[in-house]
Formats: sequence, structure tokens, C-alpha cells
Amino acid sequence: MNAQIFPFHGGVHPPEMKDLSNRSPIVAMPIPARLSIPLQQSIGNIAQPLVSVGERVLKGQMLAAANGNISAAVHAPTSGQVIALDAQAVAHPSGLTQSCLTLASDGLDEWIAREKFDWRAAMQRGDAKAIREYVQNMGVVGQGGAVFPSHLKLISREPLDTLIINGAECEPYITCDDRLMRERAIEIVAGIAIVRQLLNAKQVLIGIEDNKPEAIEALRTALMGCGFSAQVVVVPTLYPSGGAKQLIKLLTNIEVPSGVRSTDLGVQCFNVATIYSIYAALEHAEPVISRVVTLTGNVEKPCNVEALIGTPIDDLLKFAGLKSPSDCIYGGPMMGFTLPSTQVGLTKAGNCIIAMDAANFPEKPREMPCIRCGECAVACPQELQPMDLYWFARSKNFGKAQERNLFDCIECGACAYVCPSSIQLVDYYRFAKSEIWDAERAKKSADTARERHEFKQFREEREKEEKAARLAARAAGQSVSARAAPKPPVGEVAATEASVAPIADGDDKAAKIRAAMARAAAAKGETPASSAAAPAIDADKAAKIKAAMAAAAAKKAAANTPAAHNPTDVAGAGLPQDTVAKPAIDEEKAAKIRAAMAAAAAKKAAKVAGETAPVVEPVIAGVENPVEAVVEKPAMDEEKAAKIRAAMAAAAAKKAAKAAQSDKDAQ
Amino acid sequence: MSFLFALALMAGLAVLLGAVLGWAAIKFKVDEDPLVDKIDAVLPQTQCGQCGYPGCKPYATAIANDEAPINQCPPGGTDGIHKLAELLGKEFIPFDDGGGAAEKPRAVAVIREDVCIGCTLCIQACPVDAIVGAAKQLHTVIESECTGCELCIAPCPVDCIDMVVVGENVNTWKWRYPVIQLKQVH
Repeated sequence: MNAQIFPFHGGVHPPEMKDLSNRSPIVAMPIPARLSIPLQQSIGNIAQPLVSVGERVLKGQMLAAANGNISAAVHAPTSGQVIALDAQAVAHPSGLTQSCLTLASDGLDEWIAREKFDWRAAMQRGDAKAIREYVQNMGVVGQGGAVFPSHLKLISREPLDTLIINGAECEPYITCDDRLMRERAIEIVAGIAIVRQLLNAKQVLIGIEDNKPEAIEALRTALMGCGFSAQVVVVPTLYPSGGAKQLIKLLTNIEVPSGVRSTDLGVQCFNVATIYSIYAALEHAEPVISRVVTLTGNVEKPCNVEALIGTPIDDLLKFAGLKSPSDCIYGGPMMGFTLPSTQVGLTKAGNCIIAMDAANFPEKPREMPCIRCGECAVACPQELQPMDLYWFARSKNFGKAQERNLFDCIECGACAYVCPSSIQLVDYYRFAKSEIWDAERAKKSADTARERHEFKQFREEREKEEKAARLAARAAGQSVSARAAPKPPVGEVAATEASVAPIADGDDKAAKIRAAMARAAAAKGETPASSAAAPAIDADKAAKIKAAMAAAAAKKAAANTPAAHNPTDVAGAGLPQDTVAKPAIDEEKAAKIRAAMAAAAAKKAAKVAGETAPVVEPVIAGVENPVEAVVEKPAMDEEKAAKIRAAMAAAAAKKAAKAAQSDKDAQ
Repeated sequence: MSFLFALALMAGLAVLLGAVLGWAAIKFKVDEDPLVDKIDAVLPQTQCGQCGYPGCKPYATAIANDEAPINQCPPGGTDGIHKLAELLGKEFIPFDDGGGAAEKPRAVAVIREDVCIGCTLCIQACPVDAIVGAAKQLHTVIESECTGCELCIAPCPVDCIDMVVVGENVNTWKWRYPVIQLKQVH
């Protein structure tokens, strides 16, 4: 009756502890008052929120949309009001916070209008993309624990050889898939039919461990007369037969090599809970808003509940009747982690919550040195050399660990389970893996930075060349016209050029052109005598000097008492501007205005020296408008420069005012 | 006769092989010192200039030419010095305390947007073009591109740029090195 089984290497058989929770049917968990829904509930990108705080949402409404391909949507598990959208603790070993949506349920549990998606019609059209998008928008992710977005697994370019349905549920304590198969076998079979059709699978194998005879029977009954051939294969109870690679080996004798996806070998694997979600999404337009979770361990009535995503773990434990305050494991005892807080919300990955009791979870014995007995290598289902990996991870020799295929480790914990020295091997592998990932992230960002830096250097070089070429072309045209008839407009052009030029600093050609133009302007005698000496001075430098002088003046003004303040003092700060201001009359005017404004700013600053009022905004506002009104378009760069100078003067004045204030305080 | 033939053969071979070598020297000429690239690959590419060189590549060149010690890169940290030491076959040297070069946690620049006047000075200072904005428009830092070099802080005329330390999040969190919990004995 049963198909042939191809045992995988290694594996362990810890006490099953499944009969604690598998005897009672799944009960619906009452709607909690408050739900904390993490926005990241799948591998890949965090979903993007679509709702805002205060909004009322209906059950099944999309709260956050998938962001990119490797991402899945998140939906409202019940109707209610969004009361917060912020960083909160999530079910993660780090205990760190992440974006969560807090929903206050209104108890009405009111569904949003659901529109059934006709996937069969889409299938006939050959529109597989629409089906995948729909599945993604329904938030379907792998519920075996990896939370890989399921739509990515529904792609098949050519007919799939074998579709494997994973009902092994090999980890101790967990019974949620067992109960689901017993109670909802018909729905699961309907889901298998859908996935089988989507993937065009030739063969369907359902792998279930032999410790779940009721589930095997239920599925076999449901499969009778379902219209397609599928086989329930009973596999021996041996942890971790529920690992995708292990189950594939068990059922098909295909060993998935390192770095190869099973799809490439014609095999695709789905967990039964995921199949059920796909069925609910495609046949009833129900997004993933709840899941069956096993509550077991140190509780009054261990059971399986169908709980809404986002239900606080505290509520779940209260529902099951926590016997005494104890730490909780999220997931199974082999691969799960201790929850840093029970205030976090249930996620799509949460298949089991175990309240740890002292009898079954004694304190970890002291780690002894590795004696290289090789027990771990015998137990490793991935056929790795755990003692070598341990050695390299411990000595932080990550390169060597990677060479020994660290990343093929599925962190099943079989090695640590058999270790006679009680070494927490998986902790070392996790440490090494996250260090390697971190180094890779750093490498990636360094590469991006290098690329961007090189591009910036290239861009600056190019701009410099372009500017030089432009200036040369203009200078050539100008010298011709200057020789022919020296007219006033030429001086104006020269002024603008001079203000543009400093950017092309360091370029010989540009400097020569600039000097020549300044000389031409000076020769025309339109500039005051003082500015005749200016040509050699870099306008940039001049601006800096000016700013510094303005700042100094402002400081002085602030240091003196407001009454003793003398406007001519500050006007002096504006003086050097005259030397910079080039022939055009507009320019002179602008310079004068600037000087007056600097004075005004300084005065204001001096006046408010006693208080730390916001000086910057009013001053800038006062400065900007007159300049814009007076200065004409040709002097655009001058205008910018003037603004920057004014802003700097204002900042300096502010600083001075602050300094004066602190001086006063000190006195 | 055979002596002459051997001589001619050897001479001919020498000329031929010489020509091949000469051609290969031109054809496969390596323009840049490959060591510089190797060193550059180890440096963190913040382009911050804290080493005293205008960017990571110039510092890499200086190390390759034995003009600079390997402990001048604060963003690279102690790990970076170890890597350089390993690459160059040199002794590990810690950061010197007097030089001001010390390890810092990773931080990114953040512009206080209500204070920014849109002067574009920080944009010009950024070595990796990680600041967006235009004249008179407020600027903002692209967090993912910021290397935390702090070069934008000095030019800002209104001091509106802060360095904010980037903490861990759920996705960048690292499992700690397993340690044995010590128990208090009464």
C-alpha cells in the first residue's frame, strides 16, 4: 500500500510530547481587544502600510501592501480601529522592535466586501501572473516556519514532476498541522487540487509521519473520489523528516544539492497549512488573517486554537491557562527561540507556543569541551561535519566555516541534541551565519560607496572640462567684440563671468580667461578704483572674508550693549563687498542692499541678545525679498552668493547672540 | 656544422621568445598596482579622509607604497586593521591613542529640515552624492547611501546636520557569541 521510502542520513528521535495537545479539536480563540500586527510577516521586504492611525478597518482589509516581489501583504484580522502604527516588540530572538500596526477590535468582526477571484478563468487564459499577484495580495506565505511568500513557488514554466505536500510535522510538541489535517482534510485536498493544477504537477505525494494515523486516515478518505491521483506516503517518525530537503529525499530519493533549488529538479514542497491558506484565498477570497497554533507545555489545557494574526501571546497563554509564570518558546523545542516578551503579536510563522516547565526544559547543563566523538556528524541530516563547523565558528574563522558549507545547515538542532558535551552547537552556527551576513552587507555597501565616489569624481572632472570649454568659447567671442567696440554690456558680462569662474578654480585656462576679462572690465574704468586691485582675488575667498567680517561685526555688536550699537560699525562689514561688486550698476545697488541688510540683521541679533528667540527665519525672510526684487537675471549667481552670505551672516549673528546670552548667564 | 645549427636554433628561439614576451608585456600590461585594489577592497569606502588622505583609494595607494601605517582608518575598526595586516603580511598594530583615530559606531548624517536653508554646500561636500536637494530647496540625506564620513558637517553654515548612530534592527541583528552564563554563588 505504502510507497517506497528512501531514508535520509542522520536524524534524532526526541520524546514526541504530541499527545499533550492533539486530543482536542481546534477551538476558535476569542477576538482579543487589541492586536499587534507586525508589518513584516514574510521573508523579504517589509510590507508598506496603506492605512493611517485612527482609521476604521474591516476584517480582511489590506493593511499593508507587498513591497516588491519577495514580500506579501498583511490584512486586518478583524474589524476595528487602527490606534498605532509604530515600532513595537516583535516575535524575534533579538527582542528588538519593528514596525507594527496596533488594531483595537470593535468586536463586530465585520468582513469587508469580498470579491471572489475566478482563478479558473485566469488559468484558462494562461494568465498565471494574475493568480500569483492575487495570492501575494492575499498575504499567503509558507506556514511551516520559513514564511517564504508562496506566490513565488507557484511558478512553473514546464510541468512539475512531483508536488510534495508536507504534513510530516516532525518537531516535538507541535500538533497544529495534525489537527488541521484531521479536521479540514477536504479543504486541504481541494487546496492540493488547485496547486496541482497551477503547477501542472504530474505526481502528488503527501508525506505524513506515522505518529499521526488519524490524519493519514482523514486525508486518505478525503482523497477518495477527488478526481486526481495523489498518494499519502507514511514516513517513519524521525526528526527532522519535515525539513523540505529531508522530505524530498524520503519520498523521491532526490538529494537536493547545495545551492540548488528543488524546483530545478522538478520537485516543489508545500506545507499543509499553506495549502489550506491557498484554498481559502482562491476559493473564498479569504486572506491569511488567522492560523492554527499549538499552545502547550506548562499550561492547564494544552490545545490547538485558531487565533487571529496579531493576537498577543499573553492572551493565548491566558486562554490555555498558564500554570505558573514561565518563559515561552516560539516555535518548536528544537528550532524555536525563547520569546523576549509575551506582549508581542502572533505572526504567520507562529505554529507553536510552549510554556517551559522545569521538568521538561531543565536548565542547560554546563558546556564541556568537544571531544570529537563524531556523534553530531552521525545525527546531521544535512551530512555536514558539525564539529568542524563548531570549531571554525568558535574561533571566528568564518571563511573556513563557509567552505565547510555552513549555509547548508538548517539549524535543526539534531547535533546539539546528541552532543555528549552539551555544546549549544546551533548557537555557534547562528552566530557565524549572522556575522557572515553582516560582513556581506558591509561589503555591499562599501562597493556601492566606492562606485558612487568614483562616479562623483568623474562627474566633477567632466563638469570642470565642460565649464572650461564654455568659458573658452565665450572668451573667444568676447575678445573679438571687445576689440571691435568696447561697449558697457561687456562689463556686465564680465561681472557675471567673474562670479561663475571660481567654481572652475584650479583650471589654468579658466583662471587666465578670468584674469583677462577682469582686466578688460577694469580698463573700461566703470569700476571704482579700489576694485581695480580685485581681479586676482578669488571671488570665493572674498565672499568668505566678507562673511567672516560680517560675523565679527555682528559679534562685536552683540558683545556691546544694544544701546551702544552703531550702525556705521556694521555697515563697515559690508564695505569689502564694494571691492568685489563689479561694474554693473545693478550689482552696486545689490551690494549696498546686502550691506544694509547685514547691518539690520546684526542689529536685530544684538537686540535679541538677551533672549534666544528664533532669529534665523525672520532675518532670512527679510533678506531674500529685496535682493530678488532688485537684482536682475544676469546676476543670478551673484544673487545665490549673496543669499549664502546673508544666511551665513545671520547664522553668525545667531551664534553671537547665543554667546552673548551665555556670557550674560555666566555673569 | 651541428654546432652552428644548435647556435642558430638557440638564437632563433631566444629572439622568438623575446618577441613573445615583449608582445605580452604590452598586451597584458597591468595599469594599476593590483595591490592597491586589494587594499582598497578591504577599506570601508566611507571616503571620510580621517586617515589624512583624500579618500580610501589614496590611502590604499599610500599603504601599498609603504608611506602610511595600516592603523589610520577609524571606520574600518580593529577588524579592518586585522584584515590589512593579514593581506600585507604585517604585524597588527592597534589604533594609536594620540592620533585621534579611534573606532566609532556606524552613524549616518541627518539634516534638520526646519533649519536647512538650501545652500547646497553639503551636497558639494558629500563624497558619495548621498544628499539630494537644490539651491533654496531643503536637502535631505539618502540614509542607505550615507557612509557616515561627517564631511558635510563642517561646511554647513547653519549647523543643521547631526550624526545619528545607526542601531540594530530586526533584519541586521546578529546572534551573539555564545557565552556561558555565570551563576552567582551566595
